[in-house]
Amino acid sequence: MSIGGIGAAFSEALSLIAAFDHQVLEIALLSLQVSGLAVAIGLLIGLPAGACLAVGRFPGKQTLAIVANGFMGLPSVVVGVVVYLLLSRSGPFGELGLLYTPTAMVIAQVVLVVPLMAAISRQVVEDAWREYAEEFAAMRFNWRQSVRTLLYDCRYSLFVAVLAGLGRAMSEVGAVMIVGGNIDRSTRVMTTSIALETSKGDLPLAIALGLVLIALILLLNGLAFSVRNWAMRRFD
Amino acid sequence: MSMFPISASDLRFVPNGHAVLQGLDLTLGGEGISVVLGPNGAGKSVLLRILCGLLVPSGGQLRWGVQQDCPAGVAMVFQQPIMLRAAVIENAALGLIPLGVGRAERQASAWAMLERVGLADRAKDSARQLSGGERQRLALARAWLTRPRLLLLDEPTASLDPSGAEMVERIIREIRTEGCKIVMTTHNLGQATRLADDVVFMANGRVREHVPVGEFFRRPASEEARLFIQGELPWQMAF
Repeated sequence: MSIGGIGAAFSEALSLIAAFDHQVLEIALLSLQVSGLAVAIGLLIGLPAGACLAVGRFPGKQTLAIVANGFMGLPSVVVGVVVYLLLSRSGPFGELGLLYTPTAMVIAQVVLVVPLMAAISRQVVEDAWREYAEEFAAMRFNWRQSVRTLLYDCRYSLFVAVLAGLGRAMSEVGAVMIVGGNIDRSTRVMTTSIALETSKGDLPLAIALGLVLIALILLLNGLAFSVRNWAMRRFD
Repeated sequence: MSMFPISASDLRFVPNGHAVLQGLDLTLGGEGISVVLGPNGAGKSVLLRILCGLLVPSGGQLRWGVQQDCPAGVAMVFQQPIMLRAAVIENAALGLIPLGVGRAERQASAWAMLERVGLADRAKDSARQLSGGERQRLALARAWLTRPRLLLLDEPTASLDPSGAEMVERIIREIRTEGCKIVMTTHNLGQATRLADDVVFMANGRVREHVPVGEFFRRPASEEARLFIQGELPWQMAF
């Protein structure tokens, strides 16, 4: 494609965004819903799991920490295949009929973000735990009270874990493509649409979705960064 | 069941082959303020941590009354108390969490306690932005709120200016009047004379003297104690 062609595609993409194109908005909204829900569930599982790994004393703790760290880079297509096998008609959860639904995409993304959030949470909480362990022991905190208090104390540092999870979920293609099927008006999210439209040659829509995706990620990061900075000034 | 007297017999603490306590004998009654004095490395802070149940002795016997395990009702304030990234009132209420006190009651009790230690006007401020003296008062409030029967204070006024130290001493006296046994370490002999009922003098991981405060400063029995006191002549002049 010539430079002029690329320029025209960009220009058309900007027009789509400026006109609040229905298709672009629909796809962006579904992406936000799927990834937002996946991160929210990942947050409820990953952060406490990481904190328990940091504070708890039990056999296999080191192994679990290594697994969590290793799974941070879990290939999304592998997750997609595993979730596909679990949800397919002949799989153990086939009767639920979740394959090729947004729920299946949420499940796949939860599997992807939980190890990442747990690993970051473990590191953040472990650093705080070194500082607080003796004081908490003197106050007779049990491990559950320690975990809850540490998660509360580290809440602003744990923004990093949430952002990392959100970044991973929103930019992921392989798993949602496999378990969602990239069905128009049903399971088509920004990343899968970009891949599809590029292969079809519909560059304006692909570029428009790409720009929206980048803008959303920057916006959410900026928001989280501002909240964290405000909180650090207020409480640190 | 009373946790007093606390009796240590031939108490030893030898982490990694380095003897910190080597055959310490001590009996502490349930009233008043016992001040633990001694040079750096004498084992004062380690003794406090063992009394709090934070460290397990390597040998010897330690009993709280008839109990062999550290009982409930023991609180400790550290030299550098840790504060959560939260408001002063939340930090004050922290000690009540393990006691199963509900959130509303925690807040109400913490508020009343902050008034007693003169920090009510800073209740909503960040605890990490308090001065050293204010932090120490907050740490005392946090411990006091749990109504301990034994309060252990590890150099509570170290690095505080005289006015900050005076306010902390006032709170310590007030806690004492409520019948809480206090065991504290300090390097400040003047503070020992102002606060102590009895002095536990330690050197080389052993108790060299355990006598009423006046007797310790007027007639130190051991040569180590005499030399230790001479190192602080201006304070000795008070006697």
